[in-house]
Amino acid sequence: MSAGHPPRAAAPAAVPRADSPGRRALRRFLRHRLAVLGLAVVVLFVLAAILAPWIAPYDPIATSWSRIRRPPSELHLFGTDENGRDVLSRVLWGARASLMAGALSVTAALLLGVPFGLLAGLSGGWVDTVISRVTDAMLSVPFLILAIALAAFLGPALENAMLAIAISASPIFVRLARGMAMEARVTEWVEAARSLGNPPWRIALVHVLPNIVPPLLVQATLAIAEAIIAEASLSFLGLGQQPPNPSWGSMLNAAQRFLTQAPWMAIYPGVAIFLVVLAFNLLGDGLRDALDPRARGR
Amino acid sequence: MWLWLLRRLGQIVPTLLILSVLIFALQQLMPGDPALIMAGEERGDPQVLAEIRAELRLDRPLWEQYGAWLWRLLHGDLGFSWRIRQPVASLILEKLPVTLQLGTMAFAIAIAIGVPAGIVSAAFRDRPADWLANGVALAGISTPNFWLGIMMILLFSVELGWLPPSGYVPLTEDPWQSLATTIMPAFVLGTGIAGVFMRHTRAAMIGALGQDYVRTARAKGLPERAVVGRHALRNALIPVVTLATIELGRLLAGAVLTEQIFSIPGFGKLIVDAVFNRDYPVVQGVVVVTALIFVALSLIGDLLYMAVNPRLRAA
Repeated sequence: MSAGHPPRAAAPAAVPRADSPGRRALRRFLRHRLAVLGLAVVVLFVLAAILAPWIAPYDPIATSWSRIRRPPSELHLFGTDENGRDVLSRVLWGARASLMAGALSVTAALLLGVPFGLLAGLSGGWVDTVISRVTDAMLSVPFLILAIALAAFLGPALENAMLAIAISASPIFVRLARGMAMEARVTEWVEAARSLGNPPWRIALVHVLPNIVPPLLVQATLAIAEAIIAEASLSFLGLGQQPPNPSWGSMLNAAQRFLTQAPWMAIYPGVAIFLVVLAFNLLGDGLRDALDPRARGR
Repeated sequence: MWLWLLRRLGQIVPTLLILSVLIFALQQLMPGDPALIMAGEERGDPQVLAEIRAELRLDRPLWEQYGAWLWRLLHGDLGFSWRIRQPVASLILEKLPVTLQLGTMAFAIAIAIGVPAGIVSAAFRDRPADWLANGVALAGISTPNFWLGIMMILLFSVELGWLPPSGYVPLTEDPWQSLATTIMPAFVLGTGIAGVFMRHTRAAMIGALGQDYVRTARAKGLPERAVVGRHALRNALIPVVTLATIELGRLLAGAVLTEQIFSIPGFGKLIVDAVFNRDYPVVQGVVVVTALIFVALSLIGDLLYMAVNPRLRAA
């Protein structure tokens, strides 16, 4: 609380509303040191993923018979794997698969789930009943098992794994968007918009959606953490990223066979998953405190 | 209350029907001829192909295929694994007790860690004990449990040599050895949801500690231990009981990778092996059974919630 006082006197005249909701949310977020740390770690991993071709010390898929399962050293900071590939380089490149899977599958889940949720919540009646029952049905299969089954039937590939995760994650967003839309439907501003003759789609897009963005953003951040674990799990089972392309999950799968000879193969990819998932969870918790005042104090 | 139960059941039936359509639809995702893919290595055998086509009625329209599939499902026939040459239902029944043992142990571990941690965390809110409990819970939720399993094998089996790295001994054969083979996977599974329990318990306790009856209890001079332990805890556990049944269902999902890591021949390993072998009827069957267990658990959760919360019974 101490650092959070609004700088009223110091506020420059160029900024008329120093205390806009966005600014207040930003200040609440920045007060959360752990959330800021989470954001920093996420940014670090995103940079690693983007810059992998330039910062990785070696080619991630180039095998070397003379350097098989070397322990960590100055030449290979994280050691080498069973084919003589540099583990550090593979961890850096693997960030691409993980972050891409996390971001793309959650984006797809949002694009899939939110329209249906809005439709159900705003229209009610049998449309709502049908959408809600389908959502219930999907939610009655645990997330990971649904994703595994979908990926198995779609066939092993990173794109299919992402699609499977997106479909499995979408019912949460349907439910969230539906609940928020139902709340918004009875508010005065939606009532006013309706009485002015706005068509339903316009009410949904212009009047309801912006108001439900904050909770969706919180849920999406936490869903990215879950999606990254799911991608690693699917790749671990051979249903995600295909060899020789690096992904943290498939690296752990290979590492399990050489646990006694080369434990470093198992340690670093796992630490990478842990750190990035932890960072997204911290970020999500911080965003919830900043954007969703009702959920505060939890 | 009976009306409520009826309405709840009335909700479950359409949900299960839609679920059956979705699970049936999985088949349609397969690229190419489903008979050829399902036959796998037996694809050269025309008799197997003919049998599969006849069983799935692949020559009939889609709705008829679904009707036949649902009809068999309602009779407890989950299909046939051409890879293992056994009905899927008997395969699942064979593996389920193993996972049940693992799940029970994991559940006990999760409650033993999560609930006390949540109580302590709420009682010492915003103090170091609370930060510590929250930090550990967050770390637990963020750790992929298959990696935790690998790390535990590395420490307790490879480095220290205390526990077997993999395998399973049935409880009936040698209880002690059975415990030794399941304690690590149970711990991995249990800690995965202990963090969730801790958060639920903490939130419920903080809610309960803000109630008037707690203030009354404090005002009349009861020791803090009695206030927290007797007055707040009993009420706080009501929502936790419901959530616990849902988490029990989530254990099934966690068991998939954990059993794979520790080579435990349970329900989870069954679906992984089925995925590796492209044994689609087994994958489908496992999803059906998981969903049934999950739906049953959430119904039990609701009933428990009513049982422990008399206010709802009257409604």
